[in-house]
Amino acid sequence: MNNPPNTAPVEHETEHYAPNTHDVSKHVRGYLLVGGTLLFCTGLTVFLSYVNFGSEKANVAVAMFLAAFKAGLVAYIFMHLSAEKKLIYRVLIFTGIFVLGLFWLTYLAWYDPVSH
Amino acid sequence: MEIPYTVTARPDTGLWNAKVGIWLFLASEVMLFGGLFSAYIFLRLDAEPGYWPHGLLNVPVGTFNTAILILSSVTVVLAWAALKMRRYARYKLYMAATIFCGILFLVVKLGYEWPQKYDHFGAYIKTSSLEKYEKYLGNKHLLAEGLPPRVEITGHLHNEEALKDPKIKEYEVALDKVYTDPDDPKMDRPHFLYVPPTDQIATIAKEDVERATMFLPTHSTYFATYFTITGLHGLHVLGGVVVFTYLFFFGGKTYRQNPEHLANRVEVAGLFWHFVDLVWIFVFPLFYLL
Repeated sequence: MNNPPNTAPVEHETEHYAPNTHDVSKHVRGYLLVGGTLLFCTGLTVFLSYVNFGSEKANVAVAMFLAAFKAGLVAYIFMHLSAEKKLIYRVLIFTGIFVLGLFWLTYLAWYDPVSH
Repeated sequence: MEIPYTVTARPDTGLWNAKVGIWLFLASEVMLFGGLFSAYIFLRLDAEPGYWPHGLLNVPVGTFNTAILILSSVTVVLAWAALKMRRYARYKLYMAATIFCGILFLVVKLGYEWPQKYDHFGAYIKTSSLEKYEKYLGNKHLLAEGLPPRVEITGHLHNEEALKDPKIKEYEVALDKVYTDPDDPKMDRPHFLYVPPTDQIATIAKEDVERATMFLPTHSTYFATYFTITGLHGLHVLGGVVVFTYLFFFGGKTYRQNPEHLANRVEVAGLFWHFVDLVWIFVFPLFYLL
């Protein structure tokens, strides 16, 4: 007979969701700072898109680098991924693998080794 | 019946249930938008030179909408923080600001940007007739500069009936500025500010046109992907606004019973909203700038 699953609290993974006014108020300034950074990066993205970096690919790379930085800030700070539980990270790691696989399939469909 | 683990953490996951649920949902959303973005990349990489348009969208308006979404991401996280600090009035204020930003984004998109596109016309010229329209296209200049050719003439269509009436043999187009002086190096790259069509009318024979439409999904793979992705994104914005409006008007009871429960609901809705913002962070440069 199988043993019943162990659902006892895992101390280091269990958060007590009691309000912690002090902690949250400390973060508010950080949220405003991140918002300001995101707005600045948006302006920078627009400005740099009118700068000729020599090729279209270079302009795309610059814009995507800035977009990835902005997306990282949103995910890390606003979506609280800076301090999340292991289960969420596991879900996201698998999502990352699957989405990269999807892009790889697109690349395979596009890539033609004979004529390229 | 009381639903368990809405506030306290489930022992085996270490998380309250809705948080696990929203992250699993967001994982599926990543795949959904990932599929659309990979389609965008595929179509763009395989586009013939000159067939992936640039500068057809209104960049200042797109920048404004990006700023609005970023602002709403800040206000929603502040609304959550206000609940955590048990400041209900401030939560209502930030939530109202978030809803306002969401609605403003949709109004700009659906009330201004999209209709502006429906009113704009483009005619792809047949390869065999490109030479005939050289004075509008300026392809010799572009070739000398090593830039992709222009294969389309755009502007405001004066005789809209020409789209439906086969007896009308020509399109009369009030040209976009780029086609009035195509050899000017200033016209080689798109401009930041939107420039309305000029008064200069070009007559384009239908027999020289490969395809002619307004700026609709049928115009090109560019506009097909643009309307698909921004349309789906807009539906997500609408969904977020509906949830926030519910929490704004009906959150009071939950707050009085257990403020932490409402804070968790706002956090879950906020996670969805941040994801919607995150998608837009990529949509904006890919469609408006590059």
